[in-house]
Amino acid sequence: MIDTAFFSLELLPALNRGLLVSLALIIPASVIGFGGGIALGCARAFGPSWLRRLGNAYTALLRGVPLAVQLMMTYYALPKLGIYFEPYGAALTSFILCTSAYQSEYVRGALLSIRQGQIRAAQALGFTTFQTILWIVVPQAARRALPSCGNEIVYLIKYSSLAYLVTCMELMGEAKVVASDTFRFTEVFLAVGLYYLAMVTVASWILNRLEEHYRIPGFGNH
Amino acid sequence: MTSGIEIVLSVRNICKSFGAKRILTDCSMDVKRGEMKVLIGPSGAGKSTFLHSINCLVPPDSGDILLEGRPLDRSNKKALCAFRMQVGMIFQDFNLFDHLSARENVAIALRKVRGMGRDAAAHRADEELARVGLARQAALYPAQLSGGQKQRVAIARALAMDPKVILLDEPTSALDPELVGEVLSVIRDLAADGMTMIMATHQMDFARALASEILFMEKGRIIERGTPEALLADGSGTRTRDFCTRLLDMGAQAGHD
Amino acid sequence: MHSLLTVIDALPAMLAGTLVTVSNVFISLAMGLLLGIPLALAQVYGSRPLRAMVGLYVWFFRGVPILVLLFLCYGLFISLGLPAESFAISCLVLGCTSTAYQSQIFRGAIESLPQGQLKAARALGMDDRTGICSIILPQALRLSIPGWANEYSILLKDSAICFVLGTQDIMARTSFAAARTHEHLALYAAAGAVYFVLTLAVLKLLGRLERKVQIPGYTAIGVEPEGMEARS
Repeated sequence: MIDTAFFSLELLPALNRGLLVSLALIIPASVIGFGGGIALGCARAFGPSWLRRLGNAYTALLRGVPLAVQLMMTYYALPKLGIYFEPYGAALTSFILCTSAYQSEYVRGALLSIRQGQIRAAQALGFTTFQTILWIVVPQAARRALPSCGNEIVYLIKYSSLAYLVTCMELMGEAKVVASDTFRFTEVFLAVGLYYLAMVTVASWILNRLEEHYRIPGFGNH
Repeated sequence: MTSGIEIVLSVRNICKSFGAKRILTDCSMDVKRGEMKVLIGPSGAGKSTFLHSINCLVPPDSGDILLEGRPLDRSNKKALCAFRMQVGMIFQDFNLFDHLSARENVAIALRKVRGMGRDAAAHRADEELARVGLARQAALYPAQLSGGQKQRVAIARALAMDPKVILLDEPTSALDPELVGEVLSVIRDLAADGMTMIMATHQMDFARALASEILFMEKGRIIERGTPEALLADGSGTRTRDFCTRLLDMGAQAGHD
Repeated sequence: MHSLLTVIDALPAMLAGTLVTVSNVFISLAMGLLLGIPLALAQVYGSRPLRAMVGLYVWFFRGVPILVLLFLCYGLFISLGLPAESFAISCLVLGCTSTAYQSQIFRGAIESLPQGQLKAARALGMDDRTGICSIILPQALRLSIPGWANEYSILLKDSAICFVLGTQDIMARTSFAAARTHEHLALYAAAGAVYFVLTLAVLKLLGRLERKVQIPGYTAIGVEPEGMEARS
């Protein structure tokens, strides 16, 4: 019943090829996006008011518009302004910009959730502002933000499939070609679904371990 | 009570306003080594703001602060940090660092501010925790401690810095009644060891027994000061005594409810 | 100037597309609400195998991208000989996904209620069914409103993918007009603006609903403040 030749000779090589491209999108996008999110989140929490307003507007815009629209803008519309991308670059750029906006939201929330009294206590002990942020605010904010930021990475894994919209040949793109050639949509996309499930499950598992590792009794459930 | 005559901390004419609202007006005091000054007064009198302004957590608008005769330059951040290192602070709501165990709470300032090594700091932290009776709780996190234990960790944290004076901002007012005693007994021990302290409190029995001087604050001014004997004597007719009688009445009423 | 004219030209089609997008989102949301509540109750109060089955469902629909689900569903419809109607498939896929997410919102809300609530209901002689319907759910649903607002904005944005199957939504109309006129920048900016307004309008509405059904002194304890929730 199951056509093993189709799977082993046609589908799986194509999907594995696509998987590499997907990973090449997901990994840099989540790392750079997270870094950008931290910077943006700090600016939105502690920056001067003009920077805060700018950051808030950027975040509201990128969170209010579907990623699909952002991708189309980057790939099809920016060339109008003289900015050209090939599909991979367009997808990666969009992912980084979008995910950094979401990440900044979690980072900002975590930074603002640190109780003012602890900052005072640190100052009363003679900590400088920089030391207070480094040793008191950041370790707590990082733990607070970890679940949401991890969740965002899981989302990014799934939404990386949108790169297909700008003809980037990642997991989804490769699958669509095989499916259209053979017209075996059900098998192909069931297999692709399993690929994504595997990625998401592994990522969630790693993130859970990370949370577990940094867990402090009674901290975080406010 | 006083074991020396040297003045450790001197605060002169501190004034502070928030917007148009005057919070502190010309608050001054000299604290000699080994003395225990007690600030009392109705809530909103400015006791807490006064304590916070002494180590510039609430920067005063004007006035001078001298530690062992040397004036503090508030605009110099380095000098301010060095000053705060020598002036301990105990908060009403403890303000332990939630992400650090009791031991780490005490050790972190030793390591990051005083530059002590990890092991030496941990060792010192354990000593201070033992001093407040928490040797066995060193590995627990703030969320696992009772209120009284939290406040004792906070005291150990301040003591570890070898402060010249400790400011205590109503250290027992956020505690359940049955936990007040353990914290007060730690403070009593400190006083017996000759620690210099300034404490805001509503615990009148405690103040009467231990204070070298009581300062009564109202509407941002220190309106009366003197020894507990002088201020609280029957028929002294002081505002302090008035206030304390009312406080006791309320306590008695609450006790009957 | 020319690009502005293009947008004005495409506007009627885009508004028609907006109607399709909005109906797609609301049908899916309603489906998620209808199925998400029983799923949540099953996960909290159900037997072990039932809980495991719900867990599996949630795991699957939260782990597979919408885009993959759309094509998978399309394939299934074809092989089952059903008419592969793109709007129906879009609603089904978004609805199933939303069911998974909404069940977790409700589950979180139910679990955040104090244990004593159901006990008190039982002590008054209510059976579990009455207790859940008249005590637990009215509280849990109130607590769910912020999460639900989140879910709406996620779903709205997710629906922008459904045009790959030919659903005639905002994105389909926009890409059609863009391919014809090559005014990608202006047209996609207009589409983005429509989505932005749709998000804001409904979030405002839900905020008002939240205040309207609010019970004095009753706030969401344990429900994360806005922005700390999952992606919105």
